[in-house]
Amino acid sequence: MTLEILTPERKLYGGQVYGVQLPGIDGLFEVLDRHAPMVSALKKGNLKVLVDKGQGNTINYSIESGFVEILHNKVTVLVEGANLVDKSH
Amino acid sequence: MSGALKEVRGRIKSVQSSQQITKAMKMVSAAKLRRAQDAITQMRPYAQKMQEVLSNILSNTEGSIGGDLATERAPEKVLLIVITSDRGLAGAYNSNVIKLAKQTIREHYAAQEAKGNVTIWSIGKKGFEHFAKNSYKVTDTYKDIFLNLTFENVQACAEAAVQAYRDHKFDVVEIVYSEFRNAATQAFLVSRFLPVPLAKPAVSNKNLKTDFIFEPSKEELIAELIPKILNTQLFKAVLDAHASEHGARMTAMDKASENANELLRNLKISYNRARQAAITTELTEIVSGAAALAG
Repeated sequence: MTLEILTPERKLYGGQVYGVQLPGIDGLFEVLDRHAPMVSALKKGNLKVLVDKGQGNTINYSIESGFVEILHNKVTVLVEGANLVDKSH
Repeated sequence: MSGALKEVRGRIKSVQSSQQITKAMKMVSAAKLRRAQDAITQMRPYAQKMQEVLSNILSNTEGSIGGDLATERAPEKVLLIVITSDRGLAGAYNSNVIKLAKQTIREHYAAQEAKGNVTIWSIGKKGFEHFAKNSYKVTDTYKDIFLNLTFENVQACAEAAVQAYRDHKFDVVEIVYSEFRNAATQAFLVSRFLPVPLAKPAVSNKNLKTDFIFEPSKEELIAELIPKILNTQLFKAVLDAHASEHGARMTAMDKASENANELLRNLKISYNRARQAAITTELTEIVSGAAALAG
């Protein structure tokens, strides 16, 4: 599936990923390939991009509150601010 | 005669150094304009997606929604957020924005103004100075926003406006700013900030039929979404104004350099004429002197 992370200042991430973990307003959840269409609010927290199926290859962002929209296997994360925490391979 | 020559030479020098300044300012503005335009392009996908999400939710709901931020109230207390620049020398840019703000007050909010219920928040120093001097009610100023133009700083202003609206300090909030068209053109507009005009989208979008899962409920989502859209709207206005400012300054400085060229051309002609006159006089004196000796 495709993941895009957008902030008002720039596009932070775009590309093919295995999955993504998001800090939903009612708790952490994970989106994998072919998720049903969904709109959800996100709270301030940690966003983890699972780049491929191997557990090690992840990118962590700390995000401000925002939204995620999932439609046609495309995940768009809209946040008001985000910082790269770490990248591990 | 040489006195006149010297004077013209002095004027040429001073025009040349002014022209150097205007040329340099034009170059600086061109560079800053490019950066400002980039910022607009960078924020566009975010803003568009935000609108899409909102229309997705709206098209999946029946009846009126939106909560207090979308409900119209009798406009007794008005807030105008006027966006000008911090620095001058940008042609008619600042005065156009100020003029539009005053015109809006005169045409739409004259009754409120008479009761002292029109408040101005100024983003940018020039507008603040003008309105404060002309005894308008200016309560807040965000004049340093352009020094460090980040989303966070603009967000603070948007959130303050939303809070004041919620507290019933204002019933209508409008933004007066200049929209960036291209380097030479700006469109000066007044745009409604609060209450939010929530229009149902026309049913033509193919995504609209999708059965979305909404988490939490639609009402809560909209309550979260609207303040964010407002932040984005003000941020867009500020970015537009920033790009307009540099565009206007670039055009103004380009005109100034051109005018300096014209001035220099005329000065050079009068300089040469004066020089020629001096030479002719001198020659005549020598010739007539020699003739007197010979005679």
